[in-house]
Amino acid sequence: MKTRRDFIRISAVGTGAAALSIKAFGSNGFGLFKSETEGPVSDEDLTPYPTYCEVCFWKCAAWAYVDKSGRIRKVIGNKNDPHCNGRLCPRGTGGVGMVYDEDRLKTPLIRETKKDGSQYFREASWEEALDLVAGKMKEVKEKYGPEAFGLFNHGTPGGHFHHLLRAYGSETNAEPAFANCRGPRSSAYFSTFGAYIGSPESTDIRDTRCLVLIGSHLGENMHNSQVQEMSDAIDNGAAIITVDPRFSTAAAHSSYWLPIKPATDIALLMAWIHVLIYEGLYNKEFVEKYTFGFEYLKEHVKNMTPEWAYGITTIEPEQIRKTAREMAGAAPAVVIHPGRHVVWYGDDTQRERAMAILTALLGAWGKRGGLYLPEGISVPHFPQPEYPEPEWTWKDLNYGKYPLATMGITTELLKASIPRYNYEHQVKAWLVAGTNLPLSMPDKPLFKEAAASVEFIAVMDTMPMDITGYADVILPEATYLERYDAIRSAPNREPNIALRMPAIEPKYDTKPGWWIAKHIGERLGLHDYFNYDDYAEVIDWQLKKMGTSLEEMKKIGLKKFPRKSGPLYLGDGEDFTFNTNTGKVELYSTDFADHGFDALPKYTKHPEPPQNFYRLIYGRAPMHTFSRTSNNPNLSDLMSENSVWVNPKVADLWGLKKGQEVWLKNQDGHITSFPVKVRVTERIRWDSVYMVHGFGHNNKKLSRAFGRGASDTEMITNVAVDPIMGGTGMRGNFITFLTEDPALEGKEVKA
Amino acid sequence: MRYAMAIDTKKCVGCGDCVVACQTENNVPHGYCRDWIVESVDGTYPSLSLEFRSERCNHCDNAPCVRCCPTGASHIEEGGIVAVTHDKCIGCGACIQSCPYDARYSHPEGYVDKCTFCLHRVQKGQSPACVDVCPTRCLHFGNLDDPNSDVSLAIKDRKWKVLAPEAGTKPQLYFLT
Repeated sequence: MKTRRDFIRISAVGTGAAALSIKAFGSNGFGLFKSETEGPVSDEDLTPYPTYCEVCFWKCAAWAYVDKSGRIRKVIGNKNDPHCNGRLCPRGTGGVGMVYDEDRLKTPLIRETKKDGSQYFREASWEEALDLVAGKMKEVKEKYGPEAFGLFNHGTPGGHFHHLLRAYGSETNAEPAFANCRGPRSSAYFSTFGAYIGSPESTDIRDTRCLVLIGSHLGENMHNSQVQEMSDAIDNGAAIITVDPRFSTAAAHSSYWLPIKPATDIALLMAWIHVLIYEGLYNKEFVEKYTFGFEYLKEHVKNMTPEWAYGITTIEPEQIRKTAREMAGAAPAVVIHPGRHVVWYGDDTQRERAMAILTALLGAWGKRGGLYLPEGISVPHFPQPEYPEPEWTWKDLNYGKYPLATMGITTELLKASIPRYNYEHQVKAWLVAGTNLPLSMPDKPLFKEAAASVEFIAVMDTMPMDITGYADVILPEATYLERYDAIRSAPNREPNIALRMPAIEPKYDTKPGWWIAKHIGERLGLHDYFNYDDYAEVIDWQLKKMGTSLEEMKKIGLKKFPRKSGPLYLGDGEDFTFNTNTGKVELYSTDFADHGFDALPKYTKHPEPPQNFYRLIYGRAPMHTFSRTSNNPNLSDLMSENSVWVNPKVADLWGLKKGQEVWLKNQDGHITSFPVKVRVTERIRWDSVYMVHGFGHNNKKLSRAFGRGASDTEMITNVAVDPIMGGTGMRGNFITFLTEDPALEGKEVKA
Repeated sequence: MRYAMAIDTKKCVGCGDCVVACQTENNVPHGYCRDWIVESVDGTYPSLSLEFRSERCNHCDNAPCVRCCPTGASHIEEGGIVAVTHDKCIGCGACIQSCPYDARYSHPEGYVDKCTFCLHRVQKGQSPACVDVCPTRCLHFGNLDDPNSDVSLAIKDRKWKVLAPEAGTKPQLYFLT
């Protein structure tokens, strides 16, 4: 985090002081300073181009302001956009750093092997790189069938490659965003309400009277409009209840902070449900009219009293009752926030179910201040032939496991890539688009084995992320500020679309994702799927079908459409059929029961840290998005490395001092590649440590991020898999401290 | 006319957006900043409090940096905004030493630089870049002499504090607590 003290250190010993001495006593003698760096430029002298942000998945609509020399000076939020309301978060504001990061991938690179066996990347032309990828795709298709070519994707550019692979005949794709992130939430809310919670989540925080955060650290995750609405909720005097073993930023802004013992959230949720039911505080009309299985639930939670939960969670019974009553008093204007990164302990779908059930008992679904009824607008499909039907897809890699998975599971794709797992369907080559797998997935040894097993890996990215080190060919993508992309259309209170167009020409020899996908497609004889010269043609065709045009969208950037599905909220007593087996909100999940899972959530005890080990909890910092921004010059300036948060009691036991560098070792003996500084703070429980995710990069080409901080992902080798949808629970890892450099220790032994 | 800023610590999440927005708006070189975030934690787990403060030049009514400037580079603009004329600055750093808030720094080109309340924007009726970008809308700017300005309304019914009041500088950043 940037503080004035950091700055003083820089200016006292850094370039500032050096420049001062040269300038002050230079040829002008004891001169006065003429400012050489251009100061602020008036907005009138800048040209705004519409875009939507790609620094995170919130995709806020914005304007990139370009000066007369063709430089993007700043990126400012689009005032009409409900994702940002004209205010980007620090990452969006710093998005300009993605363009001007001098460490960017600048030209296609192809792996070569020297005679002595050593390998290196050589610069290549696009022609050669695309020929290579297309050639390998043909080869894989002939040898194994197109299904054996797998895709790992994330974000907007991933969509172009999903299209390419479907046209080619493969639907063997997975993105970390599902099984390594929000998948349990999707499956749980769909099973309960017959609807997904969407992105942005349909949480009506703006008008809530009570916001409940279960481990969700709004304000540290800058899910922009939600952070803005939490601020509105504070202004409105709403109660905020935060459940977190760490004194998070949200906890600090809360009316109630419940410093829960990690891994016990389900017990707390069930006790809340118990109080609502047995104190008669639940919304009886809602439950009667819309839900199924209340009597089962009532019986199920009979003994799950606050006293029962106290022993498990360490939260005092009176606090549990008080917070339950607070929710009931505010109902139905209560947001039980469904969270986003929810793969913690392997029973995450059940925890999310408990949250959905709580929402239903409070009658908060489809109500002002609870969950609103979102509506999006579908973007028409540009004309193309039908996709060929693959003989098998990502679904077949699950072999009957994880029946409620709605998207490919990354770890299964990895296992299918490793012959010793003996999967019937095997993956032989990968295309990786916009996701840094070594830092975005748990169980790095599994990833490494899979990467070593496949015959070919093509990686598309804007930066030399760790994943590029595993590539056979690297395709340098233009940044989001330099390219057209698919129209953004996300469900919200009002349907809306946003345009992304290039603010400047791509720097270096980089190309937009759509261009790369098209030119691989052309080489595979798939022209009919890419029947355009410029993606702008696709966008214009789509926009005209939607009653606008590229010309209009270039001027406004964002367009809203009237709702067609009816009001934002459910009317009192309004009839409504839910898209579930029973047509009701399923407190008792018939879907889960049919698949042999618990139809009602229950608390399961999870392993606890052994002696001298501490549970590793990880999360976000507001100025960074996972590992993708660590090298961004604007954002690394704000926070250049992570630290390991240690409670003072623990620091005392170990004799750890503030700022001391330590290496972390986990329960399986894995040690971090780099040391990390200790932050001694009361903000973390004594049984846990906390790290911001996304640091500890291992690629030297990232000049600002290499070796800065440590990677939490390296410590996550124990994965608790959710049997319902394949989620990879990552909070069951425990670390201890090494105060001496483990590498030096090894060397001394050898000597 | 008296420009001032109020910072609502009940809403600030310490995200640092104000810092990045200032850097891009004012072309502040990497490694330097005109505004910054302070995180202050009190108490023992689990009885804790945490305050984030977005800090910058206090544009003091009684500004020691202006008094000690040998060339008149540091001066007071209309509305009480403390500014530095780069061309007049000899980079002696007296102002940096005199500031109780560490609000000034030596620019790599040699002159002393600091927050201007985005004078170039304020003169056109816009708010400072940090105020316009803040996702939590915890920054309020305006003319204290106007009872209906955003800043006047923000501090009207709230408890507030200023930093280092004992220094006698009469600072114009009001932290709502």
